[in-house]
Amino acid sequence: MHPAFSVIFLTTLIGVGQGLFLALYSGQIYSMMKLLPAQNSQSFYALGSLLAVGFLLAGLFASFFHLGRPMRAWRSSSKWRTSWLSREVIILPTTMLLIAFYGVIHYFDWNQPLFILVETQAINLSLIIGTLAMLSTFALFICTSMIYASLKFLQEWYSPLTVINYILLGTASGFTLAAVFSVIVEADVVGFYVLWAIILTVTAFITRVATILRNHSITPKSNLQTAIGIRHTIITQKSQGFMCGSFNTREFFHHKSLTQIKAIKNIFLVLVFPIPILLLLVAASGLAPLYLAIAAFIVQYSGLLAERWYFFTEGKHPQNIYYQSVA
Amino acid sequence: MKQLALIIDLNVCVGCHACVTSCKEWNTSGWAGPMSDVNPYDANPTGTFFNRVQTFEIGTFPNTETVHFPKSCLHCEDPPCVPVCPTGASYKREADGIVLVDYDKCIGCKYCSWACPYGVREFDQKEKVMKKCTLCVDRIYDQTLPESERKPACVLACPTSARLFGDVHDPDSEVSQLIRENGGYQLMPEWGTNPSNHYLPRRKTHFKIHEDELLRVDNPLKKEGLLPEPPKDQQTLDDIYSSW
Ligand code: SF4
Ligand code: SF4
Repeated sequence: MHPAFSVIFLTTLIGVGQGLFLALYSGQIYSMMKLLPAQNSQSFYALGSLLAVGFLLAGLFASFFHLGRPMRAWRSSSKWRTSWLSREVIILPTTMLLIAFYGVIHYFDWNQPLFILVETQAINLSLIIGTLAMLSTFALFICTSMIYASLKFLQEWYSPLTVINYILLGTASGFTLAAVFSVIVEADVVGFYVLWAIILTVTAFITRVATILRNHSITPKSNLQTAIGIRHTIITQKSQGFMCGSFNTREFFHHKSLTQIKAIKNIFLVLVFPIPILLLLVAASGLAPLYLAIAAFIVQYSGLLAERWYFFTEGKHPQNIYYQSVA
Repeated sequence: MKQLALIIDLNVCVGCHACVTSCKEWNTSGWAGPMSDVNPYDANPTGTFFNRVQTFEIGTFPNTETVHFPKSCLHCEDPPCVPVCPTGASYKREADGIVLVDYDKCIGCKYCSWACPYGVREFDQKEKVMKKCTLCVDRIYDQTLPESERKPACVLACPTSARLFGDVHDPDSEVSQLIRENGGYQLMPEWGTNPSNHYLPRRKTHFKIHEDELLRVDNPLKKEGLLPEPPKDQQTLDDIYSSW
């Protein structure tokens, strides 16, 4: 498939935003359980939520460039019963609103316990909204990835691995950003975020490599024989019906050389996984943590752009069988 | 329930592209138009088409056969392109099974084209919406046209009658009979889309002769072979015919 930059930016940016929120929320849960020191409501949670919403907004903005008629985008919420795209369109603003609300609660410090759970655990508004936002964040990951994973003839995408990769890569980049953020606001949870960023990055590496291996050994279900219904092993296309390209040749082919694709694959495998891990480790050991953490995030995010680019070129649409020769 | 569809007879299609041009002509100026072009008279022309004719060569020389293959939306009975549409712009009509796009609702997200395995939906670069074959829904019910012309433009244009139009759910329709009796088949059956359009394969008439049928049972000499050549001055059968 043709890698469209609007979608590459949309999926990576919202991934970071969602991951960052999950990092904040898990930080709150940990500190509630007294496993981490409590953080300042305003400078940590409210500011962090603002950052997460910023990334989600940037992603939403990028998505409009994908539409032919962006002014009608509101219509796309109507078919949520059948369309994952429609579900994403609903759940993206919902997630944004919930995260924003979570930030507002922290900003105004509406943290009086509402009720006490199991006699010891105080439940406050931020926890309730945070939990809802966490669920919504996961729902958003699922909707975004199912847009691709539900297309059964794109066999490279039609796999639970697609969903797992979107979740893991998004959260890994979000936790890396959370590490940067906690260095900047001087919160004493850098180690926690670095640890989880590394764990998530390593897990994502395993599942992403598994996907690459899986896709190498896929047998396409369709071939020229089933496409035109002629039983013969030797069929050559003599004409595709036009000379200078059409939507079919623009949208479904990446028009990139194999060397280029291989290069992008190797680049993302290096940028997303080992380099950020190394940078984070050094940063956590106390050597120039600010610069190294920022570098880790920038390197990982650029790597993710390459990863998403590669993801699109990985998808091989069966319609391409009909467009193998111009004349 | 009715399911209108096209039957394309690969046995007689000569690849003249008359259906392509008549489709474009009818639809660009009608209900489904315009079907805009980019650089139509310049270098790298490209444009929106509902129907294309492709050509394939089967086998290796000298045992080859050329197959011209017209391709347009197959109006699937289980169209994967419809449920994925977030706006409901893509839909399948209950009454006659035609799959259509409502241009006023389409946001041009192109998701439906990804969900069609056949590559028959085309995004209009100028109108910024998705377009596809309508089975000439604006012709086939037009009461002002004579009955015989209430057919898709491509069907009327085809000089060899390689395109037929009708209800594939009615077992007695011409198209159903053709599918049944001439081996009509669907494209890419592996995806379960159940296309309504069917293709009729190339057909050859074979005549099987057994060894014993080559021997004359009533040959009195029980011997086959050439008869002795008649002498040159004798009248032959040709002379008799030409003298008539
Ligand atoms: S051929 Fe493609 S566009 Fe037409 S109904 Fe089937 S899936 Fe949809
Ligand atoms: S391009 Fe138009 S018809 Fe196709 S899925 Fe998007 S909104 Fe629906």
